[in-house]
Amino acid sequence: MNFDYPFGSAGSVEAEEEPQNTQNTQTRKEEIDRRSFLKATILASGALFVTSGFPMRSRAEDKLGIAENPAAEFRPNAFIKIALDGKVTITVGQAEMGQGVLTSLPMIVADELEVDWKNVSYEHAPPGKEYNNPAFGAQITGGSASIKGLFDPLRKSAAGVREMLVAAAAQAWGVPAGECRARNGEVFHPTSRRTVKYGMLLDAAAKITPPAEPKLKDPKDFRYIGKSVKRLDSPEKVNGTGVFGIDVKVPGLLTATIARSPVIGGKVATVDDTAAKAVKGVRGVYKLDSGVAVVADNYWAATKGRKALKITWDEGKMAGVTSASLLASDVAAAKSAKGIEAKKTGDVAAGKAKAAKTIEAVYFTPYLAHATMEPMNATADVRADGAEVWSGIQAQQVVQGMVAKELGLTPEKVKVNNTLLGGGFGRRLGDYVIDAVRLSKLSGKPVKVVWTREDDMDHDYFRPSAYNVMSAGIDAAGKPVFWQHRLVTPSIMASLGPGLFGFAQPPDRLDDSATEGAHNLPYDTENLFVDWVRTEHGVPVGFWRSVGSSHTAFSTECFLDEVAHAAGKDPYEYRMSLLAKHPRHAGALKLAAEKAGWGKGLAKGMGRGIAVHESFGSYVAEVAEVSVDKDGHVKVHRVVIACDCGQVVNPDTVVAQMEGGMVYGLTAVLYGEINIENGGVKQRNFYDYKMLRMNEMPKVEVYIVPSTEKHGGVGEPGTPPIAPAVVNAIFAATGKRIRSLPVRPEELRG
Amino acid sequence: MRFSKTNNLKLAVIGIAVFALAGFAWTGGLAPRVDNTLVGTLGDSGLDREAVSIAAFNETAKVFFSARCANCHPAGDTPTQGDEMTPHTQGVTRGKDGRGVYGMKCTTCHQNENLDGPHLPPGTTKDWHMPPAPHKMPFQGLTAGQLCRNFKDPKQNGGFKTAKEAMEHVHKRDALVMWAWEPGNGRSVPPMSFEQFDAKVKEWVDNGAACPE
Amino acid sequence: MAKLSVNRKQYDVDADPNTPLLWVIRDDCGLTGTKFGCGVAQCGACTVHVGGEARRSCVTPFKAAVGKEVTTIEGISPDSTHALQKAWIEADVPQCGYCQSGQIMSAAILLKENSKPTDADIDAAMSGIICRCGTYNRIRDAIKKAAIAGGAK
Repeated sequence: MNFDYPFGSAGSVEAEEEPQNTQNTQTRKEEIDRRSFLKATILASGALFVTSGFPMRSRAEDKLGIAENPAAEFRPNAFIKIALDGKVTITVGQAEMGQGVLTSLPMIVADELEVDWKNVSYEHAPPGKEYNNPAFGAQITGGSASIKGLFDPLRKSAAGVREMLVAAAAQAWGVPAGECRARNGEVFHPTSRRTVKYGMLLDAAAKITPPAEPKLKDPKDFRYIGKSVKRLDSPEKVNGTGVFGIDVKVPGLLTATIARSPVIGGKVATVDDTAAKAVKGVRGVYKLDSGVAVVADNYWAATKGRKALKITWDEGKMAGVTSASLLASDVAAAKSAKGIEAKKTGDVAAGKAKAAKTIEAVYFTPYLAHATMEPMNATADVRADGAEVWSGIQAQQVVQGMVAKELGLTPEKVKVNNTLLGGGFGRRLGDYVIDAVRLSKLSGKPVKVVWTREDDMDHDYFRPSAYNVMSAGIDAAGKPVFWQHRLVTPSIMASLGPGLFGFAQPPDRLDDSATEGAHNLPYDTENLFVDWVRTEHGVPVGFWRSVGSSHTAFSTECFLDEVAHAAGKDPYEYRMSLLAKHPRHAGALKLAAEKAGWGKGLAKGMGRGIAVHESFGSYVAEVAEVSVDKDGHVKVHRVVIACDCGQVVNPDTVVAQMEGGMVYGLTAVLYGEINIENGGVKQRNFYDYKMLRMNEMPKVEVYIVPSTEKHGGVGEPGTPPIAPAVVNAIFAATGKRIRSLPVRPEELRG
Repeated sequence: MRFSKTNNLKLAVIGIAVFALAGFAWTGGLAPRVDNTLVGTLGDSGLDREAVSIAAFNETAKVFFSARCANCHPAGDTPTQGDEMTPHTQGVTRGKDGRGVYGMKCTTCHQNENLDGPHLPPGTTKDWHMPPAPHKMPFQGLTAGQLCRNFKDPKQNGGFKTAKEAMEHVHKRDALVMWAWEPGNGRSVPPMSFEQFDAKVKEWVDNGAACPE
Repeated sequence: MAKLSVNRKQYDVDADPNTPLLWVIRDDCGLTGTKFGCGVAQCGACTVHVGGEARRSCVTPFKAAVGKEVTTIEGISPDSTHALQKAWIEADVPQCGYCQSGQIMSAAILLKENSKPTDADIDAAMSGIICRCGTYNRIRDAIKKAAIAGGAK
């Protein structure tokens, strides 16, 4: 299996590719329908087996048989459902937000279960412990951990079911199970050339005790795992039938939109809803903790009602806060505050004494919004005996618990229906569900709360800003003798923990997400010190695609470039010389450099930059080629990505996630900035929080390092390296070093 | 149900108000109408018509170069937008007929009315568009003299033989032209009223359509 | 009450004539394949065809579509067999999928007017539709595949 291929040229698997059971039909013609098979089972128990078979019974007759004995499906465990017609439905407990779990998780099951891909479909799971991702011990989709956490459990569960099906057929045939093989949705007994479809075995298999330790397939026999399989969810995403949270329809549904305080944390002081209530279609106006909700027959009536509200706000303690005041507080804290140690190796003071040259720099990254294409929304129907919610959620159980607590119910009384997520990126943990629940309770009707783009932009849990004070020293040979990095950044767990996880970040303890990517700097240096100053900006912060690495890759990989420059070394060679103990970083870096043609000439005015970063167990190197025009506008022409994400389930999904993760990061490099003005968010929509568009899209090549290592994540690791790769390329092209994002044309003009 | 009637009515009312304030008398005749506030007193007393014409054009150029007019008369094929005249987002391009291309035509977003609300695409009763590719009529990046000569050049102005013809759509109160004076949603307006502008255009033409250097 | 024709089906719509077409399509006609993304014609997720031209339905007053044929993603082919839909599946374009209705509706106008689009044509035609998942290069490939396969049909 060779994963070293450019975009799109990998071998792929088509459902039709499996000719095994359609050829030789004449020699092993033993189509046994289910009813006949049951009959045969009875006969077999009397040691007389009808070997002549029951060739090609009509389907109509099959149905008669089913009517007599209506076990319509076999559901041996939480993940797998097999129907009479052999169709297999995989229940996916992870949320599909674009990363491909509705395909990759079924692939794992289909492979171990030995079913034809064309008979595989999926359904969204309800909340349930059985759908916990072992990586978290909870049903959470995040941390790029779906494959990492579920590969082994799904294989085992599917292998167990396969063994049950084989045992059922073997019993019926009166042959040892060891002589039978499962293949392509059938059990096959080679000696007697008999086959039976899984659909015929449902009753019999249900009687078999699930094996405790089923035998897993030898990876060399994988049919789907490791090959590019087309996404199962594409059809519903190209014909409008896919249901996202915003598309949920419930009888009697009302729609609400909520006017929220322009100042973060502000509360409603007074509200005059006379005009709003007079708007045709408005059914009610309710004051909530989050603002004033207008509930109406449809979205537009709710919006018109909202515009007619007259609200005064009690702005609270964020009034007057600006990005400049927050930065000033960071600068002061960086100088005076006591940090929390994140990593200490050797003695930085001793390193400083040895340094022939010292390099110092300050790096800054701003707050960022997630800006999922589907604005936040949720639907709830609260009834006397329980509640039902519909939404796209990355943490179903958390939501179930939150709703249950809100309503004073036990969690089982709360039914959570997950939908497709129109983008997640760490935003959709479920905070937005509560308003829908409250409004349904208040109005007595099912209510869908839809956020406007502006609501979504201004009331996000933002990627934290990070102010970095960095210094490093090199000896006469250019080798780093110390590396010191202080990060001044808010705590995500302090912001999200209490509401979502019932956990408060202790003030003196490291929040790993603040320094990840910085405290595990891979480069050789005997003296390393990384610490964290926890700031309290009052701005809600959350997990943003690649979390801490989204900013630490920028600060560490750009600063390393500065150090390389100070040492007079080539940035790629310099990195390689310091990665002897980190072969996976080095491997990805080398592959990216080779494929990008590192060191080869570029057109005048162009520059090439490189960066490598590990996150979520995957090692990703990116090389960017950029040019800067006289007005200072940066164009990224080409990006080469090499990733080592361990074993791969669906290579094309890896490619897609690397492309998408890179674009997410590139958008932030070029445009991403959430500013605070008078305690509120300045940016409102895509006109002032710009997105990368088709005409700005670079050429992208993705290469996968062949690996038998444990599964790494793929949803996030493509994001971190692009910022430093682009900024390092800008330096190569212009000699100008950008240390604050986003890249501003005015800094590069002329 | 059309918005346009109300719009035109409003415009007419505003127009009258402006007239009254500026102290104009609309004669409708051929004699040059003079805006005392802008040029000072001019008589018929032998003042050089060319100088009058050039001075009038220089006044009109302030309007042509204002954001409301020049945004759709860019130097290249991408219009600009906003009072800052930044390149139109989304990579919008002119297209052969000046109406955009494919699913990115002007009217894909710009409606036949001005939408009420910040950052909504502006519109008017006539389809939003730019000059077509064969005669792009750029305003941006030109001097007043270059612009003036382009107006008189049939190759540039879309085949109009005379400056007078070329300026007809101004005098006819073309909806796209008139939008500039009622752009809504906090957008700036040109530095003089339409009537003042219209009078200056006429003054320029009537005095021989002379051009600045 | 006004008659609105969407995907060749007549709907009696009782809505304010200035209601954006998007919300009439979604809330009154119940066709939710057309998406809400920004409300100000910045993202293109709401793109539909009105009288054979692409329109950002979030800023198109419903009254402007009365008397014209409106086509949404649900109506672009009866059974998901438009060349673009097939090419989208073939190229594994969608990730989260939310923007893809708008992408396909926009690409359909491109192919209708230009059966062999160049990269520059694709840039000019498609830069109005934001994909936050970054599927642009696959969209580009899929449009070219669809063009080869017969384009607009």
